[in-house]
Amino acid sequence: MVCDECGKRPANVHLTKIINGVKTESHLCEQCAREKGELDFFSEPKFSFPSLLAGLLQHDPGFAGPMTLPGSVTSRCRSCGLDFSEFRNTGFLGCPDCYDEFRPRLEPLLRRIHGSVRHTGKVPGRTGAAAGKRREIENLRAELARLVAKEQYEEAAKVRDRIRALEKDLAGES
Amino acid sequence: MSLGDIIDRTSSAWMRADAPSADVVLSSRVRLARNIAGIPFPHQASEADLAKVADQVQRAIRTAKGLADLVVIRLSETPALDRQILVEKHLISPQHAQGAKHRLVAIRPDETVSVMVNEEDHLRIQALLPGLQLEDALKLASQVDDMFESRMDYAFDEKLGYITACPTNVGTGLRASVMVHLPALATTGQVGRVLAAVSNVGIAVRGLYGEGSEATGNVFQLSNQVTLGRSEGELVDNLAGVTKQIIDQERSVREKLVRERKDQLEDKVNRAYGLLSHARLMTSQEALGLLSDVRLGVEAGLLPGVDAKTLNELMVITQPAYLQRIMGKELGPHERDVRRAALIREKIRARKEGR
Repeated sequence: MVCDECGKRPANVHLTKIINGVKTESHLCEQCAREKGELDFFSEPKFSFPSLLAGLLQHDPGFAGPMTLPGSVTSRCRSCGLDFSEFRNTGFLGCPDCYDEFRPRLEPLLRRIHGSVRHTGKVPGRTGAAAGKRREIENLRAELARLVAKEQYEEAAKVRDRIRALEKDLAGES
Repeated sequence: MSLGDIIDRTSSAWMRADAPSADVVLSSRVRLARNIAGIPFPHQASEADLAKVADQVQRAIRTAKGLADLVVIRLSETPALDRQILVEKHLISPQHAQGAKHRLVAIRPDETVSVMVNEEDHLRIQALLPGLQLEDALKLASQVDDMFESRMDYAFDEKLGYITACPTNVGTGLRASVMVHLPALATTGQVGRVLAAVSNVGIAVRGLYGEGSEATGNVFQLSNQVTLGRSEGELVDNLAGVTKQIIDQERSVREKLVRERKDQLEDKVNRAYGLLSHARLMTSQEALGLLSDVRLGVEAGLLPGVDAKTLNELMVITQPAYLQRIMGKELGPHERDVRRAALIREKIRARKEGR
């Protein structure tokens, strides 16, 4: 068996990757495997993004369709100039603003990759102070509804006051 | 503490053998991807942008509380062999080791924390600990993250979370991984089944199978697949939970091997030990396989006098760049195999006689 990568040397490294239940096998020579970082086990797992993306695109005619949707979204990021087609080839966006520029096209993709488009984890202390307060208000509102449903009005009033205080903070900051 | 000190030291904190579940889990890692608002991602950034990121990071390290002990290394000014050693010590990625301009790595002297600057994202904060310690690794990475955040504006989206160059990292920006050594499951042909099962619960698996899997080290990497929609704690708990199940399975098969096939097992681990103690030519592939067998023997209590920390150390120092550093010169493949065999003999025997 010859190496999948160089097609010359004999393949003596046999790789099996299982990602999301999909099994792929490759057969490489030691040199190519090392160059591809496959023998460096401690490094980050590498996801072949273009092939992942290609797989997703096959099932999504809307996403694979024309580069510019009529009158809605642009195909070039106004901040960094990255064209959306470059992203489709490389899997890398150009700058943080790309996420705003291409949001309508990215969200379906993010949903496919992660099964969600809403971050529920850590919020940066300083950069995200306002975001954190808004999230807390959302959580408190849910808590308030729960308390009211259980007719725990005394507790509910306390939660309501905390929501008001947070809203006042937010208004003061903006 | 300088780059030279870090490179010359052959043992790192993650190699400690007294860590939780170190009989199966070699190391736990958590990395957080972070970017600075308003600056293009490294692959799209101009040289001036990259310099800006490097400056901001260095200023943060000088001024933020708790970051001052980080040793900053400019990869463009670091010799290729030293960069390769940083890869072999798992402190930077192979891509980062190419050493382009304005690429930095900041390393805590005990090597538990390293921060790659201008790799795929502006910052990649990594915590690496021995054994199964994912929660502690998360805590450590998160603390360092907070310190940087006190000095720079992160790209953060209220809905999508931390913004990253590749959408596969967006949200938490967190990739948690464990390296597991599964010789018993591999020898009994069960490893494929076990690993296929975990890939159905949001865990990605990387493994190396050779013809006769003994020759490849029986080491596998498990990591979380998604980064968005679940909290950091949930992602880490899920991986830790799956890892614990795999630990239980590996241990029970090891016990079964000791109970039912003790002669074969003793033969195998002692043959491996014999080769490592006496061979005169050793490729890195062969060394990995034999070290795996010896490790199984040590963990099963069949090889007194060898300790797991020495084996961890040997996994690193028998790699090509490290070997050349120790020998103080460039070596061809044949000469490396000679030196590798000599180094292994010396380390393994020193242990035995030291007892």
